[in-house]
Amino acid sequence: MIEVQHLTKQYGRVTAVDDVTFRVDKGEILGFLGPNGAGKTTTMRILTGYMPATAGKAVISGFDIFDQPLEAKRRIGYLPETPPLYPDMTVRDYLLFVGRIRGVASKALRAQVDTAMEKARVADVATRFCGKLSKGYKQRVGLAQAILHNPEVLILDEPTAGLDPKQIMETRDLIKGLAGSHTIILSTHILPEVSQTCERVVIINKGKVVAIDTPEALTERIQGNQTIFVQVDAPTGVDVAGALGGVPGVSRVTPVDQRGTLTSFEIDCHKGEDRRREVARLVVSSDWGLVELRPSRLSLEEIFLQLTTDEAKSAAPDAAA
Amino acid sequence: MSNILAIANKELRSYFNSPIAYAVIGFFAFAFGFMFWVFLRGFVAESMRMSMNQMGAGGAVNINQMMLRPLVMQISVIVLFMLPMVTMRTYAEEKRSGTIELLLTAPLTDVQIILGKFLGAISLYAAMLLVTVPSVLVLFAYGNPDWQPVATSYLGLFLLGSSFIAFGLFISSLTQNQIIAGVLTFVLLLMLLLVGWLKDFVTSPWATTAVSAVSVFEHFDDFTKGVLDTKHIAYYVSVITFGLFLTARSVDGERWRG
Repeated sequence: MIEVQHLTKQYGRVTAVDDVTFRVDKGEILGFLGPNGAGKTTTMRILTGYMPATAGKAVISGFDIFDQPLEAKRRIGYLPETPPLYPDMTVRDYLLFVGRIRGVASKALRAQVDTAMEKARVADVATRFCGKLSKGYKQRVGLAQAILHNPEVLILDEPTAGLDPKQIMETRDLIKGLAGSHTIILSTHILPEVSQTCERVVIINKGKVVAIDTPEALTERIQGNQTIFVQVDAPTGVDVAGALGGVPGVSRVTPVDQRGTLTSFEIDCHKGEDRRREVARLVVSSDWGLVELRPSRLSLEEIFLQLTTDEAKSAAPDAAA
Repeated sequence: MSNILAIANKELRSYFNSPIAYAVIGFFAFAFGFMFWVFLRGFVAESMRMSMNQMGAGGAVNINQMMLRPLVMQISVIVLFMLPMVTMRTYAEEKRSGTIELLLTAPLTDVQIILGKFLGAISLYAAMLLVTVPSVLVLFAYGNPDWQPVATSYLGLFLLGSSFIAFGLFISSLTQNQIIAGVLTFVLLLMLLLVGWLKDFVTSPWATTAVSAVSVFEHFDDFTKGVLDTKHIAYYVSVITFGLFLTARSVDGERWRG
């Protein structure tokens, strides 16, 4: 559905996007993750035909965005970083205008504007001027504008920026609801958003793709060993760490926190070995209190930091040389 | 075509949703009314004097020559002052607010966007000119001016202003700041006016040609006399095309630079 091959964009001598390749299948939600200035917005702007790439190509629903821009653009709904609203137009007039330039048939126009307003929950501000809306409403009118012509492909640049937590949840649900019938790329720097909404993640840093995978697979890939988090209530003076280290299959025990008699540990096991049962048995048979025991997974946040800082480390010698 | 009209309609609405249209039309109406009154007073006094001298024998004072022509020349300068205010925001404001991203990612060609904006601006300008029509009709009610010079003057004003708008669009596409766009447009138009004054000083034939090619006011003169010359119409059409072409180049160049 979306095919991106060796996409490169240079601004003068600065390379904003460097040989980016990925594809998104029909009905899929792809998360585009990266720190600010990683090239997310530039990539999206190239995909939507706002600017041409220096090299490489992008194909939307079979139409090359550079060779057949009108055909490709007809199939894209795009929410830029700042919602592109005209402050002196009312929400309804604005959406009618967007529908017209996107080629919505005039008979269907009003109905489609109403549907989009309902889906994006902006029907209550239909007669208000765009310039007078709160940030959250502006963002949602921007979303209404993107889904108005029922495009096959949705490209959303930080769709939840500026929304309050309730609106963020609603917007995520809306986006999930749109998947299936639409193919979606969304960018964000809020990590939980990706694990909650997206089926696959592209992590991009300094213009380069660092990783492409499902959020789960990424977690597993980074984390070679199985890690257990355990919190134990033991009398002071007892060597809990030593006892835990004695459990077979445990490679390392790291104390993380201590509050009174409560002590927390991260326990690394050998690859592929889950030692939760043995750990629980040890704690209970030693007559300590087992307060908490859970598999500790690296959050996407940590993966992200790991990937992007590794990249920084390996890039540094190049820069020096 | 429907795309062009959609853009033009949006432009026109945005003029009328903001104070710009009212300020521009209002001031233009006031300036025209004031000048009309001053020139009419002058004309009436002059014709009275003439008729006293000749005891009503001649009475051949020509209202077209004595009043309308100088009035139209003054109005063309007022137009020069007003139109930068109309065009300054066309591209600059879209770039500043990011709405340009909406237009450039919609299934529209650059030419459609430019023509839409151009059409919107010349429609507002046409509204400005329309406001002056009732005053002119008063002359027809109480006198008998020739209608041809009046008609060609309106056509000339419209073509002249449309050329200004084409250049204004171009300059607005160069910047994100509408004030800078307005000032630069005004400076450019003023230069075009001043360059025309050189024509009495240059002697070599190529310089005369150059001056007359650049001086957009030079070609306006015949229209005020009631002469409809295709040479001048072609001149304005090519100037407008040139201005819009520059706008297209600028928009496309911006896209590549990012």
